Amino acid sequence: MYVAVKGGEAAIANAHSLLADRRRGDRSVPALRLDQIVEQLALGVDRVMSEGSLYDRELAALAIVQARGDMIEAIFLVRAYRTTLPRFGYSKPIDTGTMRVERRVSATYKDLPGGQLLGPTFDYTHRLLDPELAASADVAEPLQREAEAQAMPRVSAILAREGLIEPDGEMPQDHVPGDITREPLEFPMARDIRLQALSRGDEGFLLALGYSTQRGYARNHPFVGEIRIGEVELELDVPELPFAAPLGTVRVTECQMVNQFKGSAKAPPQFTRGYGLVFGQSERKAMAMALCDRALRASELGEDIVAAAQDEEFVISHSDNVQATGFVEHLKLPHYVDFQAELDLVRRMRAEYEARENPAKAEEKREAAE
Amino acid sequence: MRGQEARDQAERKAAMATLAQSSGDDIVRLWNEASLPSQAELLRGPETGLVTLRGRIGGGGAPFNVGEATVTRATVRLPSGQVGHCYALGRDKQKAKLAAIADALWQDPARRAEVETSLIAPLRSALTTAQEKRRAETAATKVDFFTMVRGED
Repeated sequence: MYVAVKGGEAAIANAHSLLADRRRGDRSVPALRLDQIVEQLALGVDRVMSEGSLYDRELAALAIVQARGDMIEAIFLVRAYRTTLPRFGYSKPIDTGTMRVERRVSATYKDLPGGQLLGPTFDYTHRLLDPELAASADVAEPLQREAEAQAMPRVSAILAREGLIEPDGEMPQDHVPGDITREPLEFPMARDIRLQALSRGDEGFLLALGYSTQRGYARNHPFVGEIRIGEVELELDVPELPFAAPLGTVRVTECQMVNQFKGSAKAPPQFTRGYGLVFGQSERKAMAMALCDRALRASELGEDIVAAAQDEEFVISHSDNVQATGFVEHLKLPHYVDFQAELDLVRRMRAEYEARENPAKAEEKREAAE
Repeated sequence: MRGQEARDQAERKAAMATLAQSSGDDIVRLWNEASLPSQAELLRGPETGLVTLRGRIGGGGAPFNVGEATVTRATVRLPSGQVGHCYALGRDKQKAKLAAIADALWQDPARRAEVETSLIAPLRSALTTAQEKRRAETAATKVDFFTMVRGED
């Protein structure tokens, strides 16, 4: 019988004040300031901006501290905040070719115009813990060198001269970029919509799928044509100004993955491409995104779909960690009535099973019960 | 006249870009130092909203939506009639309002030089210095390849 119950208000209120206390921790330890998080946990802030799909450092830092460092909870908070704001419009597409580059490497060309700029990278570090950091030692100013006034074209433009690589992804002339924040997902989807979903997708999920393609599940021979990180200017067309309004600059990471392709019924042998573009300095995510973008182009390029990373509906439906955590975590909310119904059902099935398997024992049990 | 108009627009846009990229603190400090007038009627905002940032597939292909950014905008009218606008990344309402007033003052031919010298020029110079420093720091991480001599002949 279903009995409506209420309760838990006091427990919930007390749990939230306990959470506030535990979040703050030992009061003799100074509270974190948002600028400390923005400056010193910058890549964590970038991840929250990228998967929260909102470029705003201070808000991401606030979310991280409010979520006690739980990144997916922080991303959830940012996504929820976004829904409270009106939308002013769509920016003009950013031009990564004019980026103020802070890091730029290519694994395909050693000597390329503008050179290999390592920037602030973890690459080539020895991954040894540094006890001096725990003692808050002073850090020296970085070295400077005169910068050459050399243009830094995207590597894809260099490869294009030989005609052995496909062009940047084009869409039909009248195509309006899709927006998953406005329209529900529909499969199959155009590449532009897939890229939007991948850019806000969970880094761990996309990393694992990208890794799976390297290990042979939809192998597509990737090379990092180029990774570049830096600031680009953002502009918005508005009716009140005779020119595009300059909004300021955002830092993004771009990855051009280049994939050897032996050709198919649909396309000749050439280098094909996967593309990654992510908020902030998020190199691993941009690479994983580019690997997934390329794998998901299987049907466009006439490849057999044999692996998870090529399955558009599987990848895109499960890449959003806010959706994923919502559905997984809802399991811990009260399901008393559902479970009561299932309990009844399983009891009945078990009784029938026992009656079938062992009629004598079942009869005995029934009599004992009576 | 056409050319002059285009030049004016380019200069106005450059001033707005400088204001959008500068911090609110810097703008307030210079504003007070230069005693610029902050009297203006607010026609809209300052209000914060979202702009969806677009990229291009492969860097130069078809546009796609990447994600959103917070943007604050304001529109003001000066007692002398000029209407100024500001759109800037972030949620700094004070900055948006002052930048909109600066845009309106800039459009007043009698005020333009003052706004350029006391506000835009120092902001632009600070931004350039910071960008040059970053560029030089990045340049120091450039790889210089050299070829090993194999000594076979």
